[in-house]
Amino acid sequence: MYAFTYQKPKTVAEAAAALAADGDAKVVSGGQTLIPTLKQRLAAPSALVDLGSIEGLAGITVAGDTVTIGAMTKHAAVAHSAEVQGAIPALAALAEGIGDPQVRNRGTIGGSIANHDPAADYPAGCLGLGATIVTSKRELSADDFFTGMFSTALEDDELVTAVRFPKPKRAAYAKFPNPASRYAIVGVFVADTASGIRVAVTGAGGGVFRATELEAALTAKGFAAGSLDGVTVSSDGLNSDIHASAEYRAHLITVMAKRAVAAAG
Amino acid sequence: MQVEVSLTVNGAAVTATVEPRTLLVQLLREHLALTGTHVGCDTSQCGACVVHVNGASVKSCTMLAVQADGASVTTIEGLATDGTLHPVQEAFREHHGLQCGFCTPGMVMSAVDLLQNNTSPSEAEIREWLEGNICRCTGYHNIVKAVQHAAAAMRG
Ligand SMILES: Cc1cc2nc3c(=O)[nH]c(=O)nc-3n(C[C@H](O)[C@H](O)[C@H](O)COP(=O)(O)OP(=O)(O)OC[C@H]3O[C@@H](n4cnc5c(N)ncnc54)[C@H](O)[C@@H]3O)c2cc1C
Ligand code: FES
Ligand code: FES
Repeated sequence: MYAFTYQKPKTVAEAAAALAADGDAKVVSGGQTLIPTLKQRLAAPSALVDLGSIEGLAGITVAGDTVTIGAMTKHAAVAHSAEVQGAIPALAALAEGIGDPQVRNRGTIGGSIANHDPAADYPAGCLGLGATIVTSKRELSADDFFTGMFSTALEDDELVTAVRFPKPKRAAYAKFPNPASRYAIVGVFVADTASGIRVAVTGAGGGVFRATELEAALTAKGFAAGSLDGVTVSSDGLNSDIHASAEYRAHLITVMAKRAVAAAG
Repeated sequence: MQVEVSLTVNGAAVTATVEPRTLLVQLLREHLALTGTHVGCDTSQCGACVVHVNGASVKSCTMLAVQADGASVTTIEGLATDGTLHPVQEAFREHHGLQCGFCTPGMVMSAVDLLQNNTSPSEAEIREWLEGNICRCTGYHNIVKAVQHAAAAMRG
């Protein structure tokens, strides 16, 4: 690991100011992505700005039909939250399926979505549920937040502070995990929401995306696994690697979407 | 840059001066000579380094020592009391839950965390929980058996 300096601000404003003052500074939340990256010397930030001492950034609140999860809330806290299990069980189940228990005890939702690994789980939950990403500067729809592989609409001195999830009528997440890393080879989040049926796919492409052909089929023929019979997704632009070809991933998208729709009931 | 950190390790107050890039596992092994916690990979996947921070199991190779400032840390050295093995350690010994022993500290610390959250896990739950702990020797079978026996012993 290259050397860096370290700060532990007490407020979001102080953290944002530290980032604005030094273009090579980086935020650290759970560190479950950043620290392995630093150990491999794949990044060389001048300073780490630790969000761990900022009060109010971790926590879950449910008000009406909205579940708000603070950026520093750990995956394990979301997975075990009775409120999340009650309001959006698919989201609690998604969190329980991330990595392993020790990763879930440190990793945070803010870090996961800011990182936007193309095979990460939370981006699919955010996009599938039509979540709102709250930052230190503004509010963004998940559709506008995730812009591409490892990239988001976040500016250099902008922090994720919370994510607001509207409660869906029903939803489920089905993941075909890489057996070694547990990241998604393909993960599909389906949600029947007040603003229509949404299908978000992770693992298959350069970043999370909506499978519009599957959304159209479920909307036209009804929210049932059978509505996806014979519906195919193009493999154009999908990832191809030692784990799965683009054609296999395209096939898995429909398979996982059907499983998710069936599980959502 | 040097930073002073103060934490509790196995019940004792500890103060150390570290660089921000010092990992918690380096603080434990190199500064405090607690070499029971192992390092088996550089990709955060093997779990040989698992310790408890404020009661929850974490990978000490994927946490900075400065992030543990003010925390209470328990390592494998802190499990036994007055020379008596912790029931999970005793079960690993009794049921041959180890061969070379390299993964064992992490396996034991991980299993202790499981049993403090779930006093009678099923075999499937044990295997799922140990997702983050890799063993190259045992084939896991006797590890799972040891955890089952430890759970029974701890239920009394
Ligand atoms: C062995 C292993 C298995 C894993 N398996 C999975 C898996 O199956 N599915 C999955 O989705 N993930 C998986 N992960 C990743 C894990 O979920 C991470 O916790 C997550 O990707 C990053 O969250 P973090 O809090 O650890 O972020 P950090 O590592 O602290 O930060 C990640 C990045 O986001 C930035 N950042 C952090 N917080 C904020 C913020 N609030 N605002 C703006 N930028 C921020 C950082 O600067 C950094 O660039 C795995 C990780 C490991 C080590
Ligand atoms: S040393 Fe392998 S996970 Fe920590
Ligand atoms: S006993 Fe050798 S790695 Fe597990």
